[in-house]
Amino acid sequence: MLVLLKRSLILAVVAALLAVPLMPHFIYPVFAMKVMCFALFACAYNLLLGHTGIVSFGHAAFFGTAAYVTGYAMRELGLPPEISIAAGVIGSAGLGAAIGALAIRRQGIYLAMITLALAQLVYFVFLQAEFTGAEDGMQEIPRGVLFGLIDLRSDFNLFYVVMALTGAGLWLVYRIVNSPFGEVLRAIREHEPRARSLGYAIEKYKILAFALSAGLSGLAGSLKCIVFQLASLTDVHWHMSGEVILMTLLGGMPTVFGPAIGAILVSALHHYFDALGAWVTIVIGLIFILCVLVFRRGVAGQLHHMLQERRPTAPSAERRNLKEGQHAQV
Amino acid sequence: MEIFGVPLQAFLGQIILGLVNGAFYAVLSLGLAIIFGLLRIVNFAHGAFFMAGAFVAFILGRHLNLGYWSSLLTVPVVVGLFGVLFERLFLRRIYGLDPIYGLLLTFGLVLVIEGGFRVAFGSSGHPFPSPPELRGVWNLGFMVLPVYRAFVIGVAIVVCLATWFIIEKTQVGAYLRAATERPDLTRAFGINVPLLLTLTYGSGVGLAAFAGVLAAPIQHVYPSMGSDLVIVVFAIVVIGGLGSIMGSAITSLGLGVIEGLTKVYYSQASTTVVFLVMALVLLLRPAGLFGREET
Repeated sequence: MLVLLKRSLILAVVAALLAVPLMPHFIYPVFAMKVMCFALFACAYNLLLGHTGIVSFGHAAFFGTAAYVTGYAMRELGLPPEISIAAGVIGSAGLGAAIGALAIRRQGIYLAMITLALAQLVYFVFLQAEFTGAEDGMQEIPRGVLFGLIDLRSDFNLFYVVMALTGAGLWLVYRIVNSPFGEVLRAIREHEPRARSLGYAIEKYKILAFALSAGLSGLAGSLKCIVFQLASLTDVHWHMSGEVILMTLLGGMPTVFGPAIGAILVSALHHYFDALGAWVTIVIGLIFILCVLVFRRGVAGQLHHMLQERRPTAPSAERRNLKEGQHAQV
Repeated sequence: MEIFGVPLQAFLGQIILGLVNGAFYAVLSLGLAIIFGLLRIVNFAHGAFFMAGAFVAFILGRHLNLGYWSSLLTVPVVVGLFGVLFERLFLRRIYGLDPIYGLLLTFGLVLVIEGGFRVAFGSSGHPFPSPPELRGVWNLGFMVLPVYRAFVIGVAIVVCLATWFIIEKTQVGAYLRAATERPDLTRAFGINVPLLLTLTYGSGVGLAAFAGVLAAPIQHVYPSMGSDLVIVVFAIVVIGGLGSIMGSAITSLGLGVIEGLTKVYYSQASTTVVFLVMALVLLLRPAGLFGREET
């Protein structure tokens, strides 16, 4: 029974992954690209939340900054997409290191409030800056030609570029989580004083985790900017920070790729129920409340937990029950 | 007369405006501090309850013709009761968990409340008349002071002092402080701590709604009026710490004034100055001005 369940799960995942390259033939490619951007954003965010135990409430700042930087580079400076995306990623990684360095001076709930406040600072900077077009956003950003070869004005071409970059980003997340560096991050999450007493420079690890998470969030933001040819205040607003937390929580904080599931669900909710206006906000709020109250493992975390629970001999199962929903590494 | 190239009139006007903002920060951060002290929960929904207070006053005024003064008394009770309900039904379930879940849960509540008012009333602002008794201005000779603004500052100071008095000098306050320090031991002495938690959350929420009614005649009433405010209040809380009532009140008023002065000298930065001060404090005094680190 268990083996069957596991096999069918693996099969479903493989089938879903194989279906990705075919997606533009079935669904609106812009929506499919949006989902990929948010999947990357959520998984990048989870580097901090799920794997380091740091709750940032300001990730919209990184997502939005990259979108604005990329948009500025492409529209105002006329740079090609590859350089503009790189600029966006570097910009948001730098911002991530700066905000991270400030935020980690406090912990827990205070850290969340600090990141929220600093992200609001970034929001106001973009609201007032000349080039952002304030409330209208930065519109009609040209998509350009990648490496002088691939014309991104075609949705199909762009789709495969976004797919490749998202894939690369997710692979990087996976590599980070499963590296010795990732082990140290988990050590910090589980017991910071002990990790410190083992000789790890906690601050440096945390700041690096911030920068990596911010840089990958920035990659998502830059791609989103090119897909929609738009960078707007929505991208830097605290609603966006909240939404990425919800995606992560809903998808599965204890896992690597679980947040992508959350991203798909939340994006679909926005996409298909857009006509309902503010009702969508209410529904998202209710899902948030439900997740916190009864569904803290998220979809992927719950699946993983169900598979683990049937094997009481697994050495980590006991620990997992002790500290709910914090361990598995899918 | 000018101060650093700014007419005295404008200078003092902005200080008053800053004090008014500071007064709202003070009342809100006070509620946050009381709730956090006992429940270990950072109430993200504080701004939403502030907004709800303004809206409920607006609705009562429009449909039941309830006057400003009756609103000022009834609205905090109505919204506070909603807070009590929320605490009993939802918040109570996550007390044992990491405090961060409290922030997330109340964040979800923000989306629900804000979305609800947006569905019912749209996103734009509704004007709210100030009470006839407090219209007009006082001419102090060197400046003109709108009566209502002076009233708000006065009320906020009274509220802060009263809260301080209740917590530090009364029996209920003693229970509250005991339950903050050692909930288990307080319970062992036969004090109903769960009830205390509910009442504390209700009063904190009521206080936010009270501030909302106070703010209604100054600002227009609109669904996102609270959330922008609460983020500033979070920054203030980081600066002043959640530990001390007087500390947070003084920090709030001070930052309100700083914000007002920034409006005079470099208005572009007036929305960001509080966050910049927070960053500076984090660099120089990581534990905050009245630092007693609590996580």
